[in-house]
Amino acid sequence: MHSGIVLLILAMGLVTYIPRMLPLVVFHRVQLPPFWQGVLKNVPYATLGALIVPGIFFIQEDKWFGVLGFISAFLAAWLGANVIVVVMASVAVLSLYALM
Amino acid sequence: METILATSKLTAFRQGAQAGISIAIGYMPIALTFGLLAKATGLTFLETVMMSMIVFAGASQYIALNLLSLGTGTFEIVLTTFVLNIRHFLMSASLNEKAESDELWKKALYAFGITDETFSVAATKEGNVNAAYMFGLIALSYGSWVVNSGIGHLIGASLPQSLQTSMSVALYAMFIGLLVPSLKKQRKTIWLAGLAAIINSVLLFFHMPKGWAIVVATLVSAVLVQYVVNEREREDA
Repeated sequence: MHSGIVLLILAMGLVTYIPRMLPLVVFHRVQLPPFWQGVLKNVPYATLGALIVPGIFFIQEDKWFGVLGFISAFLAAWLGANVIVVVMASVAVLSLYALM
Repeated sequence: METILATSKLTAFRQGAQAGISIAIGYMPIALTFGLLAKATGLTFLETVMMSMIVFAGASQYIALNLLSLGTGTFEIVLTTFVLNIRHFLMSASLNEKAESDELWKKALYAFGITDETFSVAATKEGNVNAAYMFGLIALSYGSWVVNSGIGHLIGASLPQSLQTSMSVALYAMFIGLLVPSLKKQRKTIWLAGLAAIINSVLLFFHMPKGWAIVVATLVSAVLVQYVVNEREREDA
């Protein structure tokens, strides 16, 4: 193993771990005002919005992959399907589309 | 008493592992491709697996490969990784609001496994999360990430082209599957997700780095919506 690469990996691991760890381990007793507690409870749904859009529309050069994937996942989830089923359904729809 | 405690921990672990299945599936094509690209970049098998084991952050591992092949220096790669992953600070802070008070070493351990995907699953789960649940969730996600990185390097190939193409939607489909149930229940969720999606798209259009765009979009949306909710409550009172 190249020692330069190992050093790089360790440094990357460290700077990735620190932001993940600080709030849960170091600042976990910090009592935020109610407004900011509310903000942090909003974070998951806002994050999901930003993680999905626009990324999904760029998964393949053919934009229809993203559009179809979005619609099929949304429909499956709206009909109450379990998350795994949602994933399988949209992969299946896109596999069919790729065959066409 | 101890057996009851042990059983409930086992149940939570299983529940987490079950929730981790979709992540494990979604990581497969990305990790296989990472292994493949790492080999092409000149990393050995051990270095490839080690990077997945120690860093466990998809996007930055890909960028590291890209920068390595361009001959970029260590410092710049590490700085890019840091900037890209600052968003996990926000996620960890949000998760802290619903984390049960486990022993600190356990939280320090599962904090390592916070990714966009494990966070999304844990944060949209009903009720609180404890260490046993997080360990189950992360065990499957991390396992899939590390093992598939190794396989990608070893066999030097990813999934068949058509499957690889269609599986690139898997993690996005999972995010949608996590979002929609709450979307149906609360109008607030539509605003939170919609605003963040729009802001993120605009920021990326103006070439803001991806890691920052997510942080800014999330924060602006979460703060704005909270402000409106507060104002309404004040009017009603």
